[in-house]
Amino acid sequence: MSTNLANLLYLIPIVSFILALRFLSNPAHARRGNQIGAVGMLVAVVVTWIRIGTTSWWAIAVGMLIGGAFGAVAARRVKMTAMPQMVALFNGVGGGAAALIALAEVHRILPEPGAPKVDISLAIVLSALIGAISFSGSMVAFAKLQELIGGRPITYPGQQFVNAAILVIAAASGVALVSGVQDESLLWALVGSALLFGVLFVLPIGGADMPVVISLLNAFTGLAVAASGFELENNVLIVAGMLVGASGTLLTMMMGRAMNRSIANVLFGAFGQVSEAAVAAASSDGGSVRSASAEDVAVMLAYAHKVVFVPGYGLAVAQAQHDVRQLADLLEAKGVEVTYAIHPVAGRMPGHMNVLLAEANVPYPQLKEMDEANPEFSRTDVAVIVGANDVVNPDARNNQGSPIYGMPILNVDQANAVVVLKRSMNPGFAGIENPLFYNPKTVMLFGDAKDSVTKLIADLKSL
Amino acid sequence: MSHNTLLVFELTILVLAIFLGFEVISKVPTLLHTPLMSGTNAIHGIVVVGAMVVLGAPHKDTFDWIVGFLAVVLGSANVVGGFVVTDRMLEMFKKREPAAERPVRDSGQVEEALGSREIPPTSDSTT
Repeated sequence: MSTNLANLLYLIPIVSFILALRFLSNPAHARRGNQIGAVGMLVAVVVTWIRIGTTSWWAIAVGMLIGGAFGAVAARRVKMTAMPQMVALFNGVGGGAAALIALAEVHRILPEPGAPKVDISLAIVLSALIGAISFSGSMVAFAKLQELIGGRPITYPGQQFVNAAILVIAAASGVALVSGVQDESLLWALVGSALLFGVLFVLPIGGADMPVVISLLNAFTGLAVAASGFELENNVLIVAGMLVGASGTLLTMMMGRAMNRSIANVLFGAFGQVSEAAVAAASSDGGSVRSASAEDVAVMLAYAHKVVFVPGYGLAVAQAQHDVRQLADLLEAKGVEVTYAIHPVAGRMPGHMNVLLAEANVPYPQLKEMDEANPEFSRTDVAVIVGANDVVNPDARNNQGSPIYGMPILNVDQANAVVVLKRSMNPGFAGIENPLFYNPKTVMLFGDAKDSVTKLIADLKSL
Repeated sequence: MSHNTLLVFELTILVLAIFLGFEVISKVPTLLHTPLMSGTNAIHGIVVVGAMVVLGAPHKDTFDWIVGFLAVVLGSANVVGGFVVTDRMLEMFKKREPAAERPVRDSGQVEEALGSREIPPTSDSTT
């Protein structure tokens, strides 16, 4: 197969990857998109196979069988909850492959008379550097999420200085290689220091921030693959790698924004005050609050199986019961199971919520008293708190120092996700902090309960 | 094509790919952040193509061969694992009929027996 024909056929995977990304960003088509991507990948592999011809085809087959079998078995066996670390693992091996390609290329090229062209050696250096960082960084992220090592940030004095020094060594080796020094050991120094940097760079980042870090390393691997494309003069690697590099970067920023944190804060947040106060940070203080848009929450609700509304005084103040009922009807029409969990002291009088909801014609069997509602939260996808605060405060259960310690509460923190509709971050009736709002599972939808619910209804309809 | 012409061409598609990458995912609901991360992860598994080229090229010695072989192993783990993990994640977005309100009809049961995988009933319009 000629190079031209191969490049022409490589358009098929390129187009399918673009479609895959496009489809993946919409819940309705996401799975189809992933399948399109997989087919494109298959085409790319077959075209490459034919293009290479018969040389060492059996080695390629054996290698693909081993890697593919490992990937398939690991991905099939893993529990749903362990998915993020699986992504980290597969991302890491991709980065590792890019770094290995660079090693092999340098080993093959170097003793030739005359240095390789500057752009080729630059591509080799970049793919080795970024690929190696992505490999070791992803492995540490995997170990943290798998709880092989502690999820807590690991810090020590002078950390930034040590990291910077290692990066300087890597960069210096890279510059030397690009400027034409023909010494293979330089690349080894570069890969070694990049590996070390990857480890040290991820170690100080807390377990809760790992998804953002994995997303960033994912973008890194994309860049490394694009660099490999320049090295091997292969279009499909350049386009696919850069697509991932660019979309991964944007995705990382969006994830940071969804967590209400900047990327710099995620990456270097463990430095400084948090390192001294690591233990204190584990308690309710110093956490960050994630706010979400009505659109995000609407999507979350639409794709849940079970949603529980937890009404409180805020619902009464905003007179939002009719709108909540309307929202619930919409969700039920989409096949979501909806119930209401009523705390005995929600609102300002016993049964306050029952009355309001009955007024809005909520079917009575959907109203669950506390004892009935609590065992259900562990299999609830989204708990929506509408203007309730103290009756869902986990401090009542956990914190002996809290004024409401011992009060029975609705255990909404056991749900998979919690959405809090609230006007502002002001403490509730009892004037006490609520650690639920700082829970990583919680997102806040700020605004008047009635307005927020109306927005949710509109977004849900347009979904 | 001379080396420089090729380089210019490659840089052109690189820049276009950057903009395209930003463009295609410019608006993603939070819900899909993790599957999208996993999906892009599978796509950079294209590195396996590079690994195949390296292993397939005439190699100089055993070291060269071993490194190329390892790259193929890692690359294919990335591809297969990436796509399978993403598919498993997206499988969760499948909708279920509400058990209580489903009318007992034969057709419904047949559908279930066939294991129809329905894509969530969302309109095609991009919101």
